Amino acid sequence: MATATLTLLRSSVVKKAIMGLTGLGLSGFVLAHMTGNLLIFKGAQAYNTYGHQLTHNPAYPLIAIGLLALMGIHFVCGITLTWENKRARTQGYAVDAADQKAASLASRTMAGTGSILAVFIVLHLITFKYGTLYTITHDGVEMRDLHRLVIEVFQSPVYVAWYCFSLALLGFHLKHGFAAAFQSIGFGHPKWSAHIKCLAVVYALIVALGFISQPLYVYLVHR
Amino acid sequence: MNLTLKVWRQKSDKDKGRFVEYKLNDVSPDVSFLEMLDVLNQDIIHQGHDPIAFDHDCREGICGSCSMVINGSAHGPDKATTTCQLHMRRFKDGEVIHVEPFRAKAFPIHKDLMVDRSAFDRIQQAGGYVSVNTGNAPDANAIPVSKEYSDMAFDAAACIGCGACVASCKNASAMLFVSAKVSHLSLLPQGAPEKHERVLKMVAQMDKEGFGNCTVTGACEAACPKEITLENIARMNREFLGGFAVKRK
Ligand code: HEM
Ligand code: FES
Repeated sequence: MATATLTLLRSSVVKKAIMGLTGLGLSGFVLAHMTGNLLIFKGAQAYNTYGHQLTHNPAYPLIAIGLLALMGIHFVCGITLTWENKRARTQGYAVDAADQKAASLASRTMAGTGSILAVFIVLHLITFKYGTLYTITHDGVEMRDLHRLVIEVFQSPVYVAWYCFSLALLGFHLKHGFAAAFQSIGFGHPKWSAHIKCLAVVYALIVALGFISQPLYVYLVHR
Repeated sequence: MNLTLKVWRQKSDKDKGRFVEYKLNDVSPDVSFLEMLDVLNQDIIHQGHDPIAFDHDCREGICGSCSMVINGSAHGPDKATTTCQLHMRRFKDGEVIHVEPFRAKAFPIHKDLMVDRSAFDRIQQAGGYVSVNTGNAPDANAIPVSKEYSDMAFDAAACIGCGACVASCKNASAMLFVSAKVSHLSLLPQGAPEKHERVLKMVAQMDKEGFGNCTVTGACEAACPKEITLENIARMNREFLGGFAVKRK
């Protein structure tokens, strides 16, 4: 019985459901993260206070570990799926399918965009989470001055370009991923699928543009 | 019309295989793709060579034998069309056409364009049936089924098991095929009682055969000559996850 259950757990359908569920969890996170970032437009105090409150919430360590787990599972599962998929066709075709029978670019490059995102996430944590620790006092509370670090980092056109590129890729990953996740967990229906696809495009655009607005704003306005 | 054909020739599953070029003159635009190959094969035979091996049977789009990938697309460029129903007028005069076998690790190549699709049979044998005790056939009118569900089951049952979904999927996934078989039976009252057991067994066999995993690219749906939809894969996922949750042993 145990082995049968284990085989089932390793089945393609379960792996896909895990991919979809972790992907949706991460999708919720990036939307919240992006919205929080928009506080940069309000100024240093709002930005820093938000960060301070977030990291000093008693649930913060739990959420951080949860996110790390989501990311780890999504990553390992994605790499496993991609590896298995490569092995399922050892010899490719000489010609690519023409227009109406071709798959979308976003759907064909999920492993590629995902891997670049993994590199981006690690570098991003090093730059900001573990970056220079400036402090500032707002309303008598001493807190981390992330605003200053952000302004500093995005003076570099290289950083701005890398962020714009990676976040555009995130949008691309989500354009396919957000819609595919519903299908993977069994939620696909002629009445809803077209709307979900449309929602995925809107959602991906909002997330990508919202994120990209921050480095661009800093680079262009905070000189 | 004049055409250049680049056909995959491979002696056996051991052979490495390669493209061989054939120049064709005066091909009638009204013949089907398979008839064009028949004419070419006659020429090849007259020259004393081995004709191009390819699978075919009904030649009317219902048996699913005619597996080949034409210019990168399973069953060629047209939607909802099998190779046997594809006509040469669909191509341009002077066109170069690449003809390859369905490529997937789970579909080993027998010879040239012929592949071994018995993996599909084994998936069917694993659970793609309804267990019926012997006795008198029940009165069809006494089995309640809604028009909507019988239509959905019928759409799924249109699958001819040709394998174009596997051939066109970048992951060589068989999920469209398996989901069509699962849906066809589970949507009907006769098949519903065994739906969880069935889907668990069929997916297990599918994975064992070495097919890839679906990444929802939709290439299978676009290539399917019978227009089986991704909705079936979502249903299969639902029934599998449900079956997994309620399974007792
Ligand atoms: C750590 C780096 C990442 C890697 C290596 C990665 C890799 C992948 C791969 C290979 C897939 C395709 C799997 C499939 O469709 O079967 C996928 C799907 C997906 N990814 Fe990612 N990804 C990463 C980060 C992210 C992030 C940050 C998010 C969200 C903000 C995300 C959201 C999704 C979603 C929603 C799906 C769709 C799942 C499905 O197809 O059911 N991914 N990812
Ligand atoms: S030969 Fe039967 S479907 Fe083409």
